[in-house]
Amino acid sequence: MAISVSASAAKHVSEQLVARGHGLGIRVGVTTTGCSGMAYVLEFADKLEVGDQVFEDQGIKIIVDPKSLVYIDGTEMDFVKQGINEGFEFKNPNVKGECGCGESFSV
Amino acid sequence: MALLQISEPGGKPIQPVRKRAVGIDLGTTNSLVAARCGGSVECLPDDQGECLLSSIVYYRKGKEPLVGSAAKSEMIANPGDTIASVKRLLGKSLSEIKAERQFIPYDFNEGRDDQTPAIRTADGDKDPVIISSDILKCLVRRAEDCMQGALDGAVITVPAYFDDAQRQQTRDAARLAGLKVLRLLNEPTAAAVAYGLDSQDQGNVIVFDLGGGTFDVSLLSLQKGIFEVLATGGDTNLGGDDFDYLLADWIRNSASSEIDYDADASAHTSLLHQANQAKHRLSESPVVEVEHQGQSLQIDNIRFAQLCESLLDRTLLICTRVLRDAGKKIEDIDNIVLVGGATRMPIIRSAVAEFFGKESMTEIDPDKVVALGAGIQADILIGNKPADSFLLLDVNPLSLGIETMGELVEKIIPRNTTIPVIKAQEFTTFKDGQTAMSIHVVQGERELVSDCRSLARFELKGIPPMVAGAAKIRVEFQVDADGLLSVSARELSKGMSAEIVVKPSFGLNADTIEQMLSSSQMNAKNDMKIRALKEAQLEARQLIDATINAIDADSSLLNEPEKKSIAAIIEKLNLAITQDEQIKIHALTEQLNRISGDFAARRMDLHVSEALRGESIEKLEKS
Repeated sequence: MAISVSASAAKHVSEQLVARGHGLGIRVGVTTTGCSGMAYVLEFADKLEVGDQVFEDQGIKIIVDPKSLVYIDGTEMDFVKQGINEGFEFKNPNVKGECGCGESFSV
Repeated sequence: MALLQISEPGGKPIQPVRKRAVGIDLGTTNSLVAARCGGSVECLPDDQGECLLSSIVYYRKGKEPLVGSAAKSEMIANPGDTIASVKRLLGKSLSEIKAERQFIPYDFNEGRDDQTPAIRTADGDKDPVIISSDILKCLVRRAEDCMQGALDGAVITVPAYFDDAQRQQTRDAARLAGLKVLRLLNEPTAAAVAYGLDSQDQGNVIVFDLGGGTFDVSLLSLQKGIFEVLATGGDTNLGGDDFDYLLADWIRNSASSEIDYDADASAHTSLLHQANQAKHRLSESPVVEVEHQGQSLQIDNIRFAQLCESLLDRTLLICTRVLRDAGKKIEDIDNIVLVGGATRMPIIRSAVAEFFGKESMTEIDPDKVVALGAGIQADILIGNKPADSFLLLDVNPLSLGIETMGELVEKIIPRNTTIPVIKAQEFTTFKDGQTAMSIHVVQGERELVSDCRSLARFELKGIPPMVAGAAKIRVEFQVDADGLLSVSARELSKGMSAEIVVKPSFGLNADTIEQMLSSSQMNAKNDMKIRALKEAQLEARQLIDATINAIDADSSLLNEPEKKSIAAIIEKLNLAITQDEQIKIHALTEQLNRISGDFAARRMDLHVSEALRGESIEKLEKS
């Protein structure tokens, strides 16, 4: 069981954490929303909840709640630039289908 | 998938952080680092408040090397382990180094290749790349302390005459110091950028750089914001120090002391120090007093200039040579930028002003000007938008569009659109069988191309030949967050594409924008009329073309009177087009449309029946 980050994602996360000034790491998870079932959640993490799993990759702490982990286990988080947009992308091996807008996915 | 941003727990996504970029002047004698701190680009000081870092590295066994003034004080005790002026060694083979300088206190080794000889030090072999990177590391640490975080990139300056090997080794040194090099910038260009000369449209700039030990003159030609180095010249053994020597000689001779300075090293050093002090004071006041061996001497700038006449002549001779090499005359020079601490001397300033017949630009500290220019450039290259710049606001200040037939402007991104933005529009061909299209990108609010600002032009080739209006060409305008515009054109059936990137804000200031806007408002009505006329003319021409082509192809379908009446209308219409008579053009176009409409119907019948002839009903049904 693991979540990993790419080098560029790690760089951007750590920069944003530094700019923010506090935080343990990032919290990655899923919620049930969107048009295809589930959507990712990406937040700064300030505290650990009971049952949270903490992964460390490239110096970044990635915190995942146990419910979410089953859907996103093995995911690699990358930072990409697409035209005028830039942001984080999840490469999730569990995904079976995505909705058209890419906002949500199903497993 | 959609790209995500990190959110506050339960909150909104935060803005991306500002990137940290620095400009570094890696000098022969001194090095500096500059970056945008708050509003303006400034040189970053060390913890003593000192911006200049002596480009000297002292290597100790098994310890971190010392850089700067700490290393400078080791020069006498440990000359072999204290490397100064390493910039002179970059990119040179041992034989080249030895040919240039008679005496070098260093113990050279083979090094890793012919172009990179190493120096044996107490801490092992150090080649010029490593030594340069140790200086850079010291500056990087300083910058990271000031900016509170890792650097994203740097612009490093190099002399304009640096060759590829020297530039490559500068890059290598930066990489070794963990820096991402955004660009190597020529030192004279950096100085010109610091004075904002790059925002002018064109001009010739002389950069007069007199440092501690080297002298460089460059002539830059500015065209549309891009500097080109036309000629360089200099003397690697002429600098501020030479003025000290002459002044020291004068003090020694005037004081008629009995000390043998050549034998007494410490007396010599203190004499030089005194001369140096006197030189500095002469930059502040016209007359200074020097106390030497109990005697009081007086010197003013006129006397000082006389003493240094030969040095001044040497610098001006080099200026003459540079002008000649560039094929320019003194009158062609628009600006003179002074660089290097030695240009603080009033005797230099007046000699330069007299030679070029105009005053130099001196407002920026000549020691810092190169680093500041590099810092400004770095800040732009990394993509930080200066908050005080009107042009780099988050909206597009003027409409962007392309030229269409009839010299009209088709706006694609209207003004005041927030950026970043992408917009696309489809265009088509104007002539039958047209295979290329010229895309002319313009900026402004007026209806006619000639009243707008031309930004760029490129061609899309390889459009498959089709009848006019059948081809589909998608033109996409993209302005990113840095205000950079990329325009691409794509032919949709075959996928041929071409694109170009421009900076629309280049050379625009608030006044020009204001002027462009008010002229568009003043001329709005007139522009509308012109546009309507041009459109009518265009439509009429297109109809005439199509009619003539059709008559050529199927003249048998028309009888003589019909042909005559069509020809007569075309003639009248052509006349109306050339006379810019819009109402007539409309009426005649209408008339031609009616007559040729009948003709077109007949052609259609003919061609359909031709196409069907000999085909059986069954076959047609099957297909």
